[in-house]
Amino acid sequence: MAVNRMFRTCPASGLVFHEPAEKLMRWNAVAAVVSLLVGGLLAIGVVLTRWQAVHLLPPDLFYQVLTAHGLNMLVFWIIFFEIAILYFASSTLLKARLATPMMAWAGFWLMVLGALINNYSVFRGDSSVMFTSYAPMGAHPTFYLGLILFAVGALIACFVFFGTLVVAKAERTYQGSVPLVTFGAITAGIIAVFTIAAGAIILIPTFLWSVGLVDHIDSLMYRTVWWAFGHSSQQINVAAHVSVWYAVAAIVFGAKPLSEKVSRTAFLLYILFLQLASAHHLLADPGLTSNWKIFNTSYAMSLAVLASMVHGLTVPGAIEVAQRQKGYNQGLFEWLRKAPWGNPVFSSMFISLIGFGFLGGISGVMMGTEQLNLIIHNTIYVPGHFHATVVVGTTLAFMGLTYFLIPVVFRRELAFPGMAKWQPYVFGLGMSAVSLFLMGAGTLGVPRRHWDISFAGNAFPHEFPGAAWLMMALAGITGLVAIVGGGMYLLITVYSVFLGKKITTPEFKHVRAKDGVAPAAAPQPVGAALTGHGSIGAMGMVAPGTFALAMVFLVSFVLYYFINWKYLSTIWPLK
Amino acid sequence: MSAILPPPERVWWKQPLDRVELIWIVVALIWCLIMFFMMPFWHIYGQQNLSNEAYRSRPEDFMKKTDDMIAKYKVREEGPDNLKVPVVRPPAGSDVYLIARLWSWHPMLELEAGKSYRIHLMSMDWLHGFSLQPENINIQVHPGYEHVLTVTPTNPGTYAIICNEYCGINHHTMSSRLYVVK
Repeated sequence: MAVNRMFRTCPASGLVFHEPAEKLMRWNAVAAVVSLLVGGLLAIGVVLTRWQAVHLLPPDLFYQVLTAHGLNMLVFWIIFFEIAILYFASSTLLKARLATPMMAWAGFWLMVLGALINNYSVFRGDSSVMFTSYAPMGAHPTFYLGLILFAVGALIACFVFFGTLVVAKAERTYQGSVPLVTFGAITAGIIAVFTIAAGAIILIPTFLWSVGLVDHIDSLMYRTVWWAFGHSSQQINVAAHVSVWYAVAAIVFGAKPLSEKVSRTAFLLYILFLQLASAHHLLADPGLTSNWKIFNTSYAMSLAVLASMVHGLTVPGAIEVAQRQKGYNQGLFEWLRKAPWGNPVFSSMFISLIGFGFLGGISGVMMGTEQLNLIIHNTIYVPGHFHATVVVGTTLAFMGLTYFLIPVVFRRELAFPGMAKWQPYVFGLGMSAVSLFLMGAGTLGVPRRHWDISFAGNAFPHEFPGAAWLMMALAGITGLVAIVGGGMYLLITVYSVFLGKKITTPEFKHVRAKDGVAPAAAPQPVGAALTGHGSIGAMGMVAPGTFALAMVFLVSFVLYYFINWKYLSTIWPLK
Repeated sequence: MSAILPPPERVWWKQPLDRVELIWIVVALIWCLIMFFMMPFWHIYGQQNLSNEAYRSRPEDFMKKTDDMIAKYKVREEGPDNLKVPVVRPPAGSDVYLIARLWSWHPMLELEAGKSYRIHLMSMDWLHGFSLQPENINIQVHPGYEHVLTVTPTNPGTYAIICNEYCGINHHTMSSRLYVVK
């Protein structure tokens, strides 16, 4: 059997790349960045229309642009990038050959084809149905077909990933357990499989309905199953970007997980409970009981939230321990002050962590609480929330990882290093501000996916308070800042990849798989390995600074949670 | 030695937890449990809970019930000549019907402050979003599912009902009023 065993060892990072896997990572990353470019251009239209003083696009074009923006960002950019991460976490981190590269290419081209077909349907103009495409509002059949093809391609990629794990195990390319980052990627891969299954269950009948072969799609059934797909796909993102956080902590600081047990158990909680939490999208729907809603969203989601709170502590905790061991052991926060804030790989990751936790995490729990959902459902608070989770959280983490991958995988020097230093701040802080202002406007009742909150020419207009208009204007301005930040990222990456200075390695050579394997880690004496982290830290904790940050987080969380209950208690009684 | 390498200890699950992790896990778990108990708590002691009462209903049946209610309790019409909307003032405690359709709410309601009403909400066509402003009460409206909410308006005034579920090209024009009188 002719198996391609071509490997190279990256001189800068010491990572071992299997050439076919590396090429697939490059192409998936390029497809991701192209999707981000398209989605980013569309974002300009969305931002400048919802900023009422500018109100750029006419309604038909606005709804069309908003649909395409959602799909290109939330589906195509993120999933292409995640496939690259899956290949990295399996083939590269385990130093294994990629299973069935031909199948991986088939998956990749199916995804490209699906993305093109779906974009075609939206740009035709008769499929402005938003990312959610709620039946019985129908789109052109190619809309669903494109998504189905894309999902099939992604599913193939997941199985190539699982196959690579099997190859690595069988060929003994690593010792003991898989690295934590790979474990996180496995979490993402498992969630992806049942997410895509849910997508197939809803999109295939809807496609058949759109071509006339099925005559009725129930709206509640659609929403229930669609969200098993739509929300779970965000959980893939969470698992993926948490893995990226751990990876960046390891790459930049050589950080070691505080405890493998805790971090892995937290990933396991994602697999067990995040899927059920998708029910929080249906909290304001008729026909489902409160018991069902509470079980799925609190019992289940709380355990998933617990997992995120654990990662939120262990990632910075691991960084703190690594920094303290390097000697930054003064006071509570010397480790953080002396962190490499000018390194975009680190600053992206850290802004992503803070933004995801404080803005995305806390607001997500509000929306996922049965009664609080009444004052939030379908307001622009919802886009405020997910721009904190998926954009500040996932996208920014992926951007940070890109800065690491350009020299390592694309073998080019990072262009415009000065700009790269600032990019995470411009993008991350701009987008965090967008999230905050959208949440503020949503609290004042401004609806999402709405062309004109001035209700001009309407017989029975509603007049939103001036504060709501101000919030939308501020979201517009900070949205432009974030778009500039996104543009900086695109400029840096595209220029680096195509025109950047090539990194040549004189002693570069291809090696056989076995030779490419780093020598196995010498087993540590049991006593030394099990006694924890030495004499660093304070108050009996290895990471007291992180604990202090976690307490700040908890206090904000508790206060904001009860403020929302207070607000809820002032609205009309309902039962 | 790091998250991108296999754990150096083969039996990593036996490594003891550091105090920082243990305390945080316990605190976070307690907080998650508190958040869980808030929901049943509010069902018992709180005033704002979404009704579980819903029926499958056909659009024509719902339309008929709405028309019957309008015929009985209509007090006036509002709006421009080509777009007259009936305003109904049903008695307190009665069943009130509100239709969501592309792209209007029908009819307009006039309710008495402090009295309770059983509001039946249903869509005739696609999904819509009932959004009462500035109260900021937001409920999903489905075609074929008649959702019955018991609502008690508090303060008199003119409220707006807007649609906050995207429902096509004229989604943003779908707005109406709700009057609360003394």
